[in-house]
This record gives sequence, C-alpha cells and structure tokens, in this order.
Amino acid sequence: MRIARIKPEIKTEDQEAVDLSLLNPLIEKYKNKKGNVIPLLQGAQEIYGFIPRQAFKKISDETGIKLSDIYGVATFYAQFRLSPVGKHIIKVCHGTACHVQNADTITDSLEDALKVKDGETTEDKLFTLESVACLGCCSLAPVMMIGDETYGKLTGSGAVKIVKDIRIKEKQKAEN
Amino acid sequence: MANTQVIVGLGSCGIAAGAKKTYEKIRSLQEAENLTFDLKQTSCVGMCYREPLVEVIDETGSYLYGDIDENKAVEILDKHLGQHSPVKDYVVQTDLFETSDNDFLKNQVKVVLRNCGYMNPESIEEYETREGYKAIRKIANEKLEQTAIIQEILDSGLRGRGGAGFPTGMKWKFAYNNESDDKYIVCNADEGDPGAFMDRSVLEGDPHAVIEGMIIGAYATGANHGVIYCRAEYPLAIKRLNIALDQARKKGYLGNDIMGMKGFSFDLFVKEGAGAFVCGEETALMASIEGKRGMPTKRPPFPAESGLWKKPTNINNVETYANVPWIILNGAGAYNKYGTEKSKGTKVFALAGKINRSGLVEVPMGMTIHDVIFKLGGGIIGNKKFKAVQMGGPSGGCIPEYLSNTIVDYDSVNATGAIMGSGGMIVMDESTCMVDVAKFFIDFTQKESCGKCTFCRVGTKRMLEILNRITEGNGAEGDIEKLEELAYQIRDNSLCGLGQTAPNPVLTTIKYFRDEYEAHIRDKKCPSMVCKQLLTYTVDEEKCTGCMVCLKNCPVDAISGERKQPHVIDQESCIKCGLCYTKCKFDAIVLS
Repeated sequence: MRIARIKPEIKTEDQEAVDLSLLNPLIEKYKNKKGNVIPLLQGAQEIYGFIPRQAFKKISDETGIKLSDIYGVATFYAQFRLSPVGKHIIKVCHGTACHVQNADTITDSLEDALKVKDGETTEDKLFTLESVACLGCCSLAPVMMIGDETYGKLTGSGAVKIVKDIRIKEKQKAEN
Repeated sequence: MANTQVIVGLGSCGIAAGAKKTYEKIRSLQEAENLTFDLKQTSCVGMCYREPLVEVIDETGSYLYGDIDENKAVEILDKHLGQHSPVKDYVVQTDLFETSDNDFLKNQVKVVLRNCGYMNPESIEEYETREGYKAIRKIANEKLEQTAIIQEILDSGLRGRGGAGFPTGMKWKFAYNNESDDKYIVCNADEGDPGAFMDRSVLEGDPHAVIEGMIIGAYATGANHGVIYCRAEYPLAIKRLNIALDQARKKGYLGNDIMGMKGFSFDLFVKEGAGAFVCGEETALMASIEGKRGMPTKRPPFPAESGLWKKPTNINNVETYANVPWIILNGAGAYNKYGTEKSKGTKVFALAGKINRSGLVEVPMGMTIHDVIFKLGGGIIGNKKFKAVQMGGPSGGCIPEYLSNTIVDYDSVNATGAIMGSGGMIVMDESTCMVDVAKFFIDFTQKESCGKCTFCRVGTKRMLEILNRITEGNGAEGDIEKLEELAYQIRDNSLCGLGQTAPNPVLTTIKYFRDEYEAHIRDKKCPSMVCKQLLTYTVDEEKCTGCMVCLKNCPVDAISGERKQPHVIDQESCIKCGLCYTKCKFDAIVLS
C-alpha cells in the first residue's frame, strides 16, 4: 500500500496491444449496478494485469460513468495500476512488525539483485517489486508475498534466493 | 471406537510457515500406506510462533505438535499413530503432561476466538456442533423482541472493538430508531493497521461467527442488506467468507423469513477493498462501497441516520460481531463478569515484534500490559531489555516499559496517550530507535492521508521532513517544539480519525523518549544504532579476512585494502549507506 498513489503511465507496446473485447462480459455484468466502478476496475485489472488507457474509455463509453470519475477512483486506490507489470509481483511487507525486524534489508537486497527500484519492473518483465503495508503475518516478520505464496522469517539473501529460484523455473518453462 | 484425528492448522500464517507442505505430506502418506485416521484442517489457534501446528487427537487425549515440517510429520505418524507413543519433544500443548507452552492457552479467556483453531472453518456443520447458529435459533424460538436484544448487548457492556470503543448497543439503538424501508448493516473488515491481524484470523478461522453476529445485528436494527468490507490483501479470508455465506444461504440462515421469523429477510455479500488505509474510517468505507474515492465526510449526519446509499446504516468491526452470538447465548451477565468497570469482556491482541511468542491472544480486560507480554508472550527475544510497546497502530502510541503495569482497558490505555485501537501490540526492545518508529508511522499516515484536509495532507508531510532531517543528523534546536505545534494543529483541524490521531506516535515518543530525540539533534547520535546516517562504520581488524566484498560493493570507493589484509574505511568519503555492513559475512564491520 505504501506505494505512490499516482504512478506515471508508461507508454509501451503493451499499452497499444490489448484485446478490448475481453471486457464485454465484465461490463455486461456490472452495467447499471450501483457502486460498480471498483469491481469494474478490479475486473479489468484481473484481465490485463493493469488498466490500459483504452479500457478506461471503453468502460466509460459503455456504462455512461464519467471518465474523470473512473480515473479518480483508479488513482485513489493503491491496488490499481496504470502501467503493465511483471509476471510475478513481489510484495515486500513494510508493516510495523516487519519494519522493526529489518524489512528495509529485504527491499534493499531485492533491489540490488533484480536491479530495479521499488515499484519498478525487471527488464525481462518477470518481476515487479513493491512495498506494501501490512500483510497480516506479523508473527513471521519480515515477510514477502509472491502471487498467493507468503514467505516468512526472511533474510536479505533468503529473499533473493527465493526470487532466483522462480526465475530459474521460468527459464526452464520457457525452454520446454 | 472413533478414528484418531490429525488436524493441520491452515491459516495464512500457518501456510506461510509451510503448513501446506506438511498437510500434503501427511495426506500422501495416508494414501500410500492406507492409514486409518481422519485428516482435517483448521485455522489459527494463535500460536503463530509455533507454526506449522499439527494436532493429534486419539483415545488418550489431544496433543498439539509445534514447528512440524515434513520430516517431523513423518516421525509423528510413525511413532504416535503407528506405535502409540507420542513424540513428547514436539508437543507444545496438551492436558496430559507438562510442556513448554501449556501456560500460553491457560492464561487466556476465549470468547471471540472460541472456535479459531478448534474446527474446520469451511464446514458449517462443525460450526453448528460448536453451538453455532444457536443464538439466532434462540431468538427465533423464544421470539425475542428487537429491543430486548439491543438491551442485552447494552447490558453486556460490549464496546466497539475497532478501536474507538463506542458502546455497541447504543449504535444498534440509533439504527433501530431510524425508520426506513431499507437499512444496512456493515462489517468493517478493512484491517489496515500495520501490526494487527486479529480480524484476519477470526475471518479465516471462524467466518460463521461473524456472519451470525451480523444476522443478529440485522434483526435487532431492522436491516435487510449487509456488506462485509474486507481488505483485498486477505484472499484466504475472502474465500472462506464466501464459502460460509453460500452454506448459510443453503441452510436458510440468510434469505427470506429467516428461521421462520416472518418478515425478517436479510442477505449479505463481501465487498473487496482496493487498498486505502483511510477506508477503515466509517464514512470513507461507505463511500468506497458506493464505488467512489474513499474520502471521509462530515458527521452529522451519522451513519445511523444517513449512511450507505443515504439509508440508516450500522457499522461494527469483525471482532465486535464475533462477540455477539456468544453474548446472546450465554447472557450479558456471563460476558460482563469479565473486565473492568468501564471495559467489559475480553480483548484479542496480536503480539508481534521483538517478542518470543508472537501470535494471537485473548485476555479479559484489566490484565496488565506486562502480564500480556511476559506471561503470555514469553518475554523479549534474546532476553534483551524491554523498551516499549506500540499499541493502536498509526493512530496509537508507544507505552514505555515503566508504564507496563497499565491495565488493558479503553480508558487506562488512552490515559497514556496511546489507544487500545484494534489490538495490535508491537513489542520493542533496546535495539529499536523510537525516533525511527515515529518516523515510520508518520511516513505511513502521510502516504495514506486522503488529502481532503489541509492540515493532515500538508502537516504530516512537514512532520515527516523534520523527522527525516533529525534521523539524518541535520536536526536543529526547536525541532521538537515544531513537531509538537504541528501535531496539535493536525489533531485539531482534521475531519476524520486518521488525521486527528496521526500525530499520536510522535507525541507519545516525545513524551516518553525525549532524550532520544535530543541525542539525535544535539549529539548527532542514535543511541539504539538504527539511524544509518548517524553511525560510524569501522573495520574490526581481527575479524576482517580481506575478502574484498565490502570494497567492491562500496558505491563511493571509501574502502581500501589489499586482498587478505584488513581493509580500512575512509570516514571522510563514507556516505553511511550501510552496504558494507549488510554485505560482510564475517561481522567485521563495526557500528558505533
């Protein structure tokens, strides 16, 4: 959660090449329902991994919700991303318990190993490194979460090893 | 004879510690060797520090095993189930003999956590056998009036467990008194305080208790719609809630004319949050459910008059609702016999930080903080000196060691300048820098401020800048006073609880640890050796092997030396980044 709210939109090829028809069932489901902006955005992000510029426009056009309202909601909540992210999102917990157990070292080590800064995506688009507030696993501090897996009682080198193992697995997958 | 039961704890913390692997190992062995025992799952029993936990219940009794990895699981299956000889060394809790952790559960009173870790949270039948949905049945069978239920909750003395401690019965009464065709009941499960995980454990371990509490609240206030607003960061809690809701609908606990009560129709759904701390504030939470930016609004009108979709709305927190069925079933008198004069019942605390037994505990109100930390929490890691405990998250404060005889109830904790909050207790020892802790929280609130009120938006930023320069060695005389002045301005001029309480971590650390601030400002020293910029890095010549790792990693080439010769750090060019300290494998970099 502790990432800057309004992230700059990065213009990339991924921004252009999105299949907007994937949005149709989602819009159908939530159209004309009250309080639908957040579920629409969550659904769009589920599909693309981020919310592409054209998706905003399509949602607005087809639901009648003002573009500015949708954009306002998307930039308010930390969950929404306006730029593509890596295949795996590494969420390093920086809650209080993790902070006093040196969560900074985990982020520092990962920044060092992946050669990205907090909030950035690696060149091979495998990993995005993020700092989040509490993941609620305080007794295992310091903690990080990759996908749905939570890893506890980390050290800097331990965290790097976990990430490297995932990278090796991905490489093997790609080669097969 | 009943089969032996093997129960694996599969809460988030258990899974993070490897419980899924343990579970799979047991399952595959059971299959491969055709073993006859019932393999079950449960959630967190609170002993997070011993995860993964495996409980074996045989004809002699219950044995709770701790720290069970795959290898130990094999050993237990072999010795305990195969040869009927329990592996005593791994048992952490049992009634049958003395163990290292028996006292952990003995000193607790479990009301809210009555089922957590004792049943399968994905089974409504197991909940029902543990007196589940009996309270709503009682209401239906005895035809209890709405006002009688509200009176029972009032008599119990239950106060809002989200932190503010407003009497729950009063809230219900306000919502009941407002006439409307549509009324809402909302569960605040947006547990955002870093360091608090009580609500997650309850939702994961006993989702039906929260749902039953909400059904009772809906009946009492006359609500027909319900929403559980849950953090998206808690995927397992959301999954289990949805399973539980489906089961409750099938059994007729939700829907039309519930339990044969004519005209009582109620259903509820889970709404996922989208990551904004301020949405824990009730008006912001409702704005978020309505699909807007989660900005707080002015009260009055209070939610009880005009809340969600401008309808009367009652909002309580997870723990509050989980108390309700127990109170209805056992009576207000059974509940308010626990606690102090103004704070009745029990409170769940999440223990974390530099404490031996981090996990969840539930104690009667009135226990001293010292007892919670030392009797239940097992004291400080590595027998270091206990310095302070942080309560109430970013809205709370640090209570110093000399006030640890403070009892846990709303008023006593408030008197210290901290707040009870939702129940996070982060324990700090002598190696924690209090200025750094204050900076950590202001950094958090500054980022989470929604930006509506100027004092909160700009004021927290200015406070953060001052704290940054203090911890970097650029603090000046008068900075403490400036922090205090800003703190009072932010407190008095912010609309919602986030701003009004944001300065608390700074105010309490200045109050109790002013000497640490002064050491940073006047002597440019960090007594706890945390603030990197105030440290001096030198090489211990005895320990240095001359491996050249630090030398290669130093971003400003401040380290010199030959291979296999002790290195030297040039203090003039050192930028105090701390990289050499983290890189050195021989602990040869000394901080002073």
